[in-house]
Amino acid sequence: MSSIPMIEQTAGKGAARAAQRGVGSRRRGAPGGTMRRPGFLTYGFLGAVILGSLFPLWWSFLVGSHDSSVISKGVPLVPGGNFLANAASVLDTIPFWKALGNSIIVSTVTALSVVLFSTLAGFAFAKLRFRGSKGLLVFVIATMAVPTQLGVVPLFIVMAKLGWTGSLWAVIVPGVVTAFGVFWMTQYLRDALPDELIEAVRIDGASMIQAFWYVGLPAARPAAAMLALFTFVATWTNFFWPFIVLDPSNPTLPVALQLLQAAHFVDYSIVLAGAVLSTIPLLLLFAVAGRQLVSGIMQGAVKG
Amino acid sequence: MAVTDRVQSPPPNSHQRASRDRSVKRLAFSQKVSKWDVKLSPYLYISPFFLLFAITGLFPLLYTAWVSLHTWNLIGGQGKFTGLENYEFVLAQPFFWNAVGNTFSIFLLSSVPQVVLAIAIAAVLDANLRAKTFWRMGVLVPFVVAPVAVGLIFNNLFADQAGLFNELLTGVGLDPVRWHSDSLASHAAIATMVNFRWTGYNALIFLAAMQAIPRDVYEAATIDGAGRLRQFFSVTVPMLRPTIIFVVITATIGGLQIFDEARVFDQAGLGGADRQWQTLTMYIWELGWGQRNFGRASAVAWLLFLIIVLIAMANFLITRRIASQGGRR
Repeated sequence: MSSIPMIEQTAGKGAARAAQRGVGSRRRGAPGGTMRRPGFLTYGFLGAVILGSLFPLWWSFLVGSHDSSVISKGVPLVPGGNFLANAASVLDTIPFWKALGNSIIVSTVTALSVVLFSTLAGFAFAKLRFRGSKGLLVFVIATMAVPTQLGVVPLFIVMAKLGWTGSLWAVIVPGVVTAFGVFWMTQYLRDALPDELIEAVRIDGASMIQAFWYVGLPAARPAAAMLALFTFVATWTNFFWPFIVLDPSNPTLPVALQLLQAAHFVDYSIVLAGAVLSTIPLLLLFAVAGRQLVSGIMQGAVKG
Repeated sequence: MAVTDRVQSPPPNSHQRASRDRSVKRLAFSQKVSKWDVKLSPYLYISPFFLLFAITGLFPLLYTAWVSLHTWNLIGGQGKFTGLENYEFVLAQPFFWNAVGNTFSIFLLSSVPQVVLAIAIAAVLDANLRAKTFWRMGVLVPFVVAPVAVGLIFNNLFADQAGLFNELLTGVGLDPVRWHSDSLASHAAIATMVNFRWTGYNALIFLAAMQAIPRDVYEAATIDGAGRLRQFFSVTVPMLRPTIIFVVITATIGGLQIFDEARVFDQAGLGGADRQWQTLTMYIWELGWGQRNFGRASAVAWLLFLIIVLIAMANFLITRRIASQGGRR
């Protein structure tokens, strides 16, 4: 029993070492060495890009913070004091809290299960020897290019047969493991988890699942966190399938949000207040974990 | 991490406590278990993916072809076998061909400028900036805004009357654009939303690829007297080719299935009065859930699937050719 923390520690170190190696190879040249600092033009261009990325959100808040009678005469460039009133109208028009809760449940459950199953499969593909492993991995990668979204009609028929239409299960179950996740974890574990470590715990009498749990999972932690983040964001923003299979009375956030515009009379100050409200949770997540998202995308690009 | 109790095989030290005889038997047994453990575990671990893909991915996709050969109603269910009748019907619809045109138009308007702009942004991010992380995070913000929210916001910005973009146009003396009735203008508006969300994301992918280009290539170019612009076009862009292809393929698969932004571009969500911006996925929705005709919806889905497969294969062949010509990967 006492060996477990030690293994964990070693695995953690191994993972850390591999991660460091990864970062090191991507950094080039001596920092601040031969490269000269860029000039005003560079920062100007970047500033414009950032302005473009942020402006629509700011605009949404501007419109959402004014009364519709003010908006019709042209949107002022300073926020008004009507945001809370508009937000209250949003809560009256759509089941916002229910949608928020549903989105949290669906995204969290999906992210956790994708991480678990992908790490499990990645562990097998990267570290265990079995017949057909190469061919099966190629198959996994190939499925990434398959537009499974086009199977909506039969998927809907199946969900209707199971009586799952309108329930969150219909949204959660098709997403519990993804080809991308399996590929991502396989790539990561191949470098981050030394074979000797698995051999060592196997000799100590650990079963396969124990080797996974005590050595594989800890080593996978950094990549697993990124995978969880991406899955969470992707699930949270997903619209097409939830829109088809869920009921307007039991929606996720994007499904509820589009209901704001489906009314006969569209009040944009309320619609855009809703857009702001629904975006706040992910903006908060971005403030906390945006750095991880950035490095996740960049690592995926180099490995993929 | 909490230490949970060990399951399955008993911890090794329990062997020592048992009698010799028993321990031999148990050892033999546990060896057998261990052998099966080694053999079967890998398959067990990868099975969730394959099971799920078979049930929620592959089966629905193949079954789509089966449904498309029947009359099939959303409520009434399976009707009689009708062969290719659904295809004949769909292929004779002007709305089908309209949707094909719209899909490709929006796709081209979104993918081409997006790749160009993303490379430009990546090149700038690749400079020796102060506060690198801040800029990188800044370009990624739109990625966490849901497409539906993006659609609603831009729908307002692109409003035909008194929308911000039209106000700006009239402000500089130009005619306002009828974003919601002119077909091409609506495609440009929807493409803008797609670009808004994905350009920064792709810029980070290109940035990572740029940083993987070995320094000495640039040094050699400098010695040869190439300026910075010349280096960008003669070194950076060719070295990025595999990444460009990757981004284009991903953009193709996603872009040809575009739904969210176009769906919320007006109240009705069917793609405009004359279906000016109805995409193929929207057409599938209209046939299947608007008109409750699953047979016809499946026919369109299957056709779109074939289109995507054809384009992906073309992409793949081009990639292979480039790779065999001595690309980096």
